Order: sequence, then structure tokens, then C-alpha cells
Amino acid sequence: MDVELRQVRNTLIVRCEGELDMLVADKMRSEIDKKMDNNEIKNLILNMEKVSFIDSSGLGVILGRYKKISSKNGRMYIVGARPQVEKILYFSGINKLVSMCRNEQDVINLQGR
Amino acid sequence: MNVRNYCKFEILSLPENISFARACVGAFASQLGCTIDEIEEVKLVVSEAVSNCIIHAYENRSNEIITIVISLLENRTLEIIIEDYGKGIEDIDSVLQPTYSSEPNRMGLGFTFMKSFMDDMEVLSKPGEGTSVQLKRSFLTKDKEAYA
Repeated sequence: MDVELRQVRNTLIVRCEGELDMLVADKMRSEIDKKMDNNEIKNLILNMEKVSFIDSSGLGVILGRYKKISSKNGRMYIVGARPQVEKILYFSGINKLVSMCRNEQDVINLQGR
Repeated sequence: MNVRNYCKFEILSLPENISFARACVGAFASQLGCTIDEIEEVKLVVSEAVSNCIIHAYENRSNEIITIVISLLENRTLEIIIEDYGKGIEDIDSVLQPTYSSEPNRMGLGFTFMKSFMDDMEVLSKPGEGTSVQLKRSFLTKDKEAYA
């Protein structure tokens, strides 16, 4: 699992690649949290275009980051989830908490409103 | 039910082995001619069961054994048995409740996924001795069932 972090103004963009299971959950959690503890960060975009698998360990990382961002009154977005990953996100109900978007541009358009 | 094909393997309780286990089961189950979506569901179920062994049964100790048995039965039926020899479950009923989790950072969806994506799930456990999760799913489609 590769995780690329980028900050654009007050938004943290996380692009991950590979399989999101227990092996990578801890690493991903700590890398995102390190950046998120920076007070400027208000919103989080999780780009899942290149994630081929997710299980409940991965869902736990997403839920935890959502709670953190919400406590800062920020918003969280998931973009580009593939059908098999999207199915699990919907099954878990995470889609009711986090905005699901097609791509990063859609989020920027949404934020611009 | 007659066993048409069978595979049994053991792994150490290392997080690295979760993806190995689900890939193995997925590859073996593909002999039943399931769709890619179905294989993905099977892989998710295995990932949840093996993660449970590591996190809960063995409390993240990495030098323990997890046994996985895959059987291909009649009527395109897949049976997966995942066994550990860890601490066991005191109260199986409460563990099987959706969103039950002994840890705050987890969603408690493991058994819910297993129940939802398989036709049949049985959990046998003895405190101090271990747990065996037996999962079954038939891939017989409704059309084919009529002629079976």
C-alpha cells in the first residue's frame, strides 16, 4: 500500500494505492493523523481510485478519520472508489457520513458552492 | 455432501499473511466458475476471519498458527473453515451482533460481512482452546438449480 499526502490550502488530499487491510491500516492511520494534527487542516479527501480491496480494518481507518475531521467541523470526501470497493463502503454505511464523489475535481466544485 | 476438491494450509498469525490467505482461497474457489464479484466477496470474508484470529484470538501475537481448509462440494458449493487455537469466545451470541466490537477503533463488521456474503456460518468456540468459523456458500444460479 502506497500513501501519498498533499495539502491544498486547508484540505488534505490522501491518495492511496493497493489493498487496504489490517497490514496497512496502522501505517495509513498514523501517516494521515500526523498531517491532520496540523491545525490548518479542516477537510480530508481520500482518493481511492487505485485501491483494489478494502475490509473492515480499512473501514475502521476511514471511520476514525471521519470522526477526527468532524470534531474539527470539517468535511470528508471519498473519491473514485471502484465498484467492488464502493459496494463495501455502502454496505458499511460510511457513504452516509462521508460524501462520495467521482473525482477530486468534483470535490473542488462541491466546495466552491 | 461429497468433497470434489480440497485444500488445507496453515499460516503464521502475521498481518502479511492475510492477503496471502484471501488470494489462495479466491484462486481455489475460482474452480467453481464464480464471477469476479463473487470471488471478491469470498476474499473479503476470508480477510475478516483471518484478521479476527490475529487481533482477537491471538491478541496480535505473531507466532501462532491459523489453519484454513477449503472444500469444493457438490452443487458448486464452497466450504471454508478457518481455525485458531487462541483464547476462544466466551459469549458467541454477543460477538455475532452487528457492530459489536471489543475495540473502539474497529467497526465490528467482520462477522456481519461473513454472514451476509455466505449462505451459512457456524462459529464453534471453547474459551482457552480456540475458535473454528465454518462458512458455506453455493454458487448454483437459480436457472441451473432448476435443472440440477
